[in-house]
Amino acid sequence: MTATVYVSRDAAALSVGAEGVAQGIARAAAARADQVDIVRSGSRGMFWLEPLVEVATPTGRIAYGPVAPEDVAALFDAGFLKGGAHRLSLGPTEEIAYFKKQERLTFARVGVTDPLRLSDYEAHGGFRGLRAALAMAPRDIVEEVVRSGLRGRGGAAFPCGIKWRTVLGAEALPKYVVCNADEGDSGTFSDRMIMEGDPFVLLEGMAIAGLAVGATKGYIYLRSEYPDAERTLALAIATARQAGRLGDDLLGSGRAFDVEVRRGAGAYICGEETALLESLEGKRGMVRPKPPLPALEGLFGRPTAVNNVITLASVPIILDKGAKYYASYGMGRSQGTLPFQLAGNIKHGGLVEKAFGVTLRELLYDYGGGSASGRPIRAVQVGGPLGAFLPQSRFDTPLDYEAFAAVGGMIGHGGVVVFDDTVDMAKMARYAMEFCAIESCGKCTPCRIGSTRGVEVIDHIRAGRKPAQNLALLRDLCETMTHGSLCAMGGLTPAPVLSALEHFPEDFGASPAGKVS
Amino acid sequence: MYSVKEPDGGTPQRTSEPVVTLEIDGVRVVVPAGTSVMRAAAGIDVRIPKLCATDTLEAFGSCRLCLVEIEGRKGYPASCTTVAEAGMKVRTQSDKLAKLRRGTMELYISDHPLDCLTCPANGNCELQEMAGVVGLREVRYGYDGSNHLRVAKDESNPYFTFDPSKCIVCSRCVRACEETQGTFALTLLGRGFESTISPGNADFLSSECVSCGACVQACPTATLMEKSVVDKGQPDHSVVTTCAYCGVGCSFRAEMKGSEVVRMVPNKDGGANHGHSCVKGRFAWGYATHPDRVKKPMIRQTIREPWREVSWEEAIGYAASEFRRIQAKYGRDSIGGITSSRCSNEETYLVQKLVRAAFGNNNVDTCARVCHSPTGYGLKTTLGESAGTQNFDSVREADVIVVIGANPTEAHPVFASQMKKRLREGAKLIVVDPRRIDLVRMPHVEASYHLQLLPGTNVAVINALAHVVVTEGLHDEDFVRRRCDPSEYEKWKAFICEERNSPEATERVTGVSAADVRGAARLYAKGGNGAIYYGLGVTEHSQGSTMVIGIANLAMVTGNLGRPGVGVNPLRGQNNVQGSCDMGSFPHEFPGYRHVSDPIVRASFEQDWGVRLEAEPGLRIPNMFDAALDGSFKGLYVQGEDIAQSDPDTKHVMAALEAMECIVVQDIFANETAKFAHVFLPGSSFLEKDGTFTNAERRVSRVRKVMPALAGLSDWEVTVALSNALGYPMHYDHPSQIMDEIARLTPTFRGVSYEKIDRLGSIQWPCNDKAPDGTPVMHEEEFVRGKGRFVVTQYVPTDERTTRKYPLLLTTGRILTQYNVGAQTRRTANVAWHHEDVLEIHPHDAEQRGIRDGEWVGVASRAGETTLRADITERVQPGVVYTTFHHPESGANVVTTENADWATSCPEYKVTAVQVSRAVEPSTWQKRFEEQQRAQADLLPGHARS
Repeated sequence: MTATVYVSRDAAALSVGAEGVAQGIARAAAARADQVDIVRSGSRGMFWLEPLVEVATPTGRIAYGPVAPEDVAALFDAGFLKGGAHRLSLGPTEEIAYFKKQERLTFARVGVTDPLRLSDYEAHGGFRGLRAALAMAPRDIVEEVVRSGLRGRGGAAFPCGIKWRTVLGAEALPKYVVCNADEGDSGTFSDRMIMEGDPFVLLEGMAIAGLAVGATKGYIYLRSEYPDAERTLALAIATARQAGRLGDDLLGSGRAFDVEVRRGAGAYICGEETALLESLEGKRGMVRPKPPLPALEGLFGRPTAVNNVITLASVPIILDKGAKYYASYGMGRSQGTLPFQLAGNIKHGGLVEKAFGVTLRELLYDYGGGSASGRPIRAVQVGGPLGAFLPQSRFDTPLDYEAFAAVGGMIGHGGVVVFDDTVDMAKMARYAMEFCAIESCGKCTPCRIGSTRGVEVIDHIRAGRKPAQNLALLRDLCETMTHGSLCAMGGLTPAPVLSALEHFPEDFGASPAGKVS
Repeated sequence: MYSVKEPDGGTPQRTSEPVVTLEIDGVRVVVPAGTSVMRAAAGIDVRIPKLCATDTLEAFGSCRLCLVEIEGRKGYPASCTTVAEAGMKVRTQSDKLAKLRRGTMELYISDHPLDCLTCPANGNCELQEMAGVVGLREVRYGYDGSNHLRVAKDESNPYFTFDPSKCIVCSRCVRACEETQGTFALTLLGRGFESTISPGNADFLSSECVSCGACVQACPTATLMEKSVVDKGQPDHSVVTTCAYCGVGCSFRAEMKGSEVVRMVPNKDGGANHGHSCVKGRFAWGYATHPDRVKKPMIRQTIREPWREVSWEEAIGYAASEFRRIQAKYGRDSIGGITSSRCSNEETYLVQKLVRAAFGNNNVDTCARVCHSPTGYGLKTTLGESAGTQNFDSVREADVIVVIGANPTEAHPVFASQMKKRLREGAKLIVVDPRRIDLVRMPHVEASYHLQLLPGTNVAVINALAHVVVTEGLHDEDFVRRRCDPSEYEKWKAFICEERNSPEATERVTGVSAADVRGAARLYAKGGNGAIYYGLGVTEHSQGSTMVIGIANLAMVTGNLGRPGVGVNPLRGQNNVQGSCDMGSFPHEFPGYRHVSDPIVRASFEQDWGVRLEAEPGLRIPNMFDAALDGSFKGLYVQGEDIAQSDPDTKHVMAALEAMECIVVQDIFANETAKFAHVFLPGSSFLEKDGTFTNAERRVSRVRKVMPALAGLSDWEVTVALSNALGYPMHYDHPSQIMDEIARLTPTFRGVSYEKIDRLGSIQWPCNDKAPDGTPVMHEEEFVRGKGRFVVTQYVPTDERTTRKYPLLLTTGRILTQYNVGAQTRRTANVAWHHEDVLEIHPHDAEQRGIRDGEWVGVASRAGETTLRADITERVQPGVVYTTFHHPESGANVVTTENADWATSCPEYKVTAVQVSRAVEPSTWQKRFEEQQRAQADLLPGHARS
């Protein structure tokens, strides 16, 4: 009997040696004449356990990890192909606490299936959403997505269905679907994991978007630092085309939709949708003023649905299981699930897909297991480099767009970066300005010059030069950047700065009341 | 940026029909839909602070000074990028806005040198002005932080400096280069604080920059600044006038200090150029005060004698007495005059009047003889009027643009920019040219078809295009039935359908594939509005007139006439070549293209001028030369044309000039023709006189005197004095009186007056009771001649064909930075780009002859031989070589022959069979030229160079 073994092909797993482990298993199996089918799946998102090896058994998959190549022989000796006991055995994968409590809708197949095997995808519910959509009028698809409450997962949280409604209503032709896969926020990797672990779900989501808005062409603007994702997508697209899941005749319906991958220009700002469109058109990635909205004048001046990877990848399940099913997850106006990404100084870094409403504390401690260093967690930055820093006192805030906004935070793309009590928050504030100075597109003045001046002013403060005046200047600068900048890059850079100043004034040499000590 | 402040609405004007009503600072404003909040505010004199916005460029939204508050909207939208909407309530001033604007300005100034008092933009700097407007009082960041204050200046361009230390990265220059000029030479390098403007990792001079000046014009600070302003300081007043280079006729503001020009800036209100310019008009005006200018009249008995400076009275008296002596000895017809397409309408009119009334013959011709005379003939024959059918703005509505034998990016750059803009918007392009001109493929422009024909086969190609249209049923039956003469059409149709005109049949002759001809014909006929633009590559052929007719036939049969977006558009070479033709410069026509034999017309002139006029047409320029050589033509008054350099077959021309007894040259420089002259009357440049020029779109614009004539008299005053001396008195106090006379005597000009031009800015003729404000697009209801006339255009190969001895075809053209014979541009810093004419030769032909790039090569034809440096390039096809004729010592016209258009004698400059071979020394002609050059220079007082 052939045993099926799963080893991740996800870049995070590869970076800790999954390739060597997979090869080791293949060699050992050959040497021992064991029949082994090694499936290179996506990652289950438990990075501290990678390289994770799973074996299919009649009672479900049994996990081992983290496995080093030198452990392979012992695993064979322990009969791991049948789920045998070994010190690396973690028991049934889906019983691992970190995994068990998750609510995996978007990531349902990631780590489970062979990302490039179409039959595997379809055996696990793939293309049911597209089939449903093909039977629907565009307007009905759009309204279904509206009802699901799906909001933009790239960070802006704009209702996806409303955006599609605008594109559908636009008269100009042709229209486009553009997938923003320029995942650039620090501590985020959910886009990458989908593209490497379940690329068909993204293609299916884009095809549904195309049907909904009346576009026959989609582009994936892919972060240049994702070569594995690029290879996987290329293979997935070729496979889907060959099988009539993309191209001129979607599932024999006579309807067309095709996808092209474009490698990004290697700039953070190209993740901003209008700069992305400029870059996709072959120009320097510079932010465009809005309006006009990309939904009306987007790629090449045509109506364009620009959506994040996770947004699009969440669409098939909505069409498959219905808006109601999806909307039954979450809280308030934050419906459905979000794949949170735990990174930084955290013991159990990885991906946690949960319905909105989970608290930060749960994520940090129940899933993350506290800091990697074992020291107390002092601050958390949620939502990428433009997100606010949150102190312990905010850890009970539920992860809900509105609740987070109420405490000055931003969920953004769901990245959670953890710092222990050794962090210097003035230095982190400086880093926020420095990041902006390096990544600003250079178009608007508050961002272009302001970020550099911000670094300098914080340097003055940290060096104790005229601290009161410079703190006042920093606040004025943040006001100018917040309200004067052209896009969210300059507009949100003050968020980490001001939150650091608000919650950790002592790091700036000021007393908690904001007065200079 | 205009030194004498012009209003700037911040964003371009919208002209849409629907309007929206909004409220700005409590005031109700009604604007066309699509108008920005900023422009709407400017309309009620609410000036919202701005730096990156200017009304010649689309809104960009980068400077963040123009933020406003809009009721019901989050945040502080930029008023430049926010479109006015009905019911919008906008506040442009609040404490919060003031603080944000000041905060942003504080950032600007934290990276800006504080040298306002010594800055060339002092007093005319938008940054300085805005700092004042927003009330910036301190820069709390100090000046020790990161900055760009020590970045080196780029002074490589001869006309302007680029000082990055003063740059505020508003991208107005980059956008001007893209949107206005369409060259894409400038870019933004780096990110964030390191974002800097760059001419593409090169200095300006060696970059793709074409020095059109759009970036300089757009710059709100001293970053891009005219060197003339750096040297002289800010101007104190300005005068609107018209450029004196090409036929685009750009309107300029001469910005002055007293009577000294500080700079020329394109006029935003200019009907032809809308605020754009090229390197010639914008910068190359220094020739006007070049030391070579001749400022004193001179005379001499023979051309071997030194010149003698004399008074105006003596010079004019001598010229008059010589003309009368010659007429007494050789007859009334033994003298003549040549009018200039460089001079004003009024001056041209006076010269032809002088010839007809004072000389008493019709021996008047003009340099249009050698360029667009076939246009006059061809368009008059088919459509009824000797002029282009459209205005330039018409191109904005063209869907398919056909460029035939023209190189607009070099020769008509400002119009080319407008054309490129339309092409970037999606119009299709067909290029018919033996050479791969830049338009064929350049940034964001690519021709759908390049019909790369062999020189001399134009008519075969145009016939093949028409053949496809008719035989494939792509013609506009309805238009033809309504607008054209049916019997002429039937005759033409039978001819054009003949198999010999099919693209398959002409392929062998033209070298253009039948498939391409068919594709191009279908595109032109069915691609929407089809507009044809053509140049001297059409006219300067033995079948030049036939080709113009062929173009008109094609436009008529496809219905591409009589509305905006279509038409037949000759791109005229010289500032006033249209005007000089209009003004009766041809030997057979009075002003307004009316034949001298028409007794009613002649009577009207006789009555007005008080003399009897000759009913027989006089001599054309080539006939004058022939007559000079057989001794019957002895005296010539040449105003502003260098026939010795510009006319073909130089050796023949020089022999003719040497045979004359009195040549009177009126020019601003001692030119090549002056070497054969007996009287030299110093001319006045366009800056030194009042008058009008008429551009290629029939637009009559004012030329205004901004400084006194260097030699004391404007050209028109000299002609008046000469006429008076000849005993035919002329009385004019001001050129406006000459225009009044023109209007009185010319139906198409009846409504033109200086007062009206001043009021409207410019007027496109016909301007009369039917069209009191002029006529942008002609032939709208019916053709000027009534029914459009199809004329059979049989292709007759030129006699000038390749032989074993002369196996290559030479064709000639122009380059951006030089103008025609170069008398002006060679006396400016434009020589930095083009200091010599070169011979373009295909690598294959060069290889066969062992020619290496940059080597001297001899170019020989049956007419003569010269030497040039070889430029090996695939722009030319194998078998074809190409050169320009901007430098006299190049002797391009030593090689060209006496072949000419059958109808108008326009020389066949574009086809000469030549041989090219390696050379070690200048040709015999060039050696003689150099000798003569030295000898004549020695004869000039003070040895001014020619």
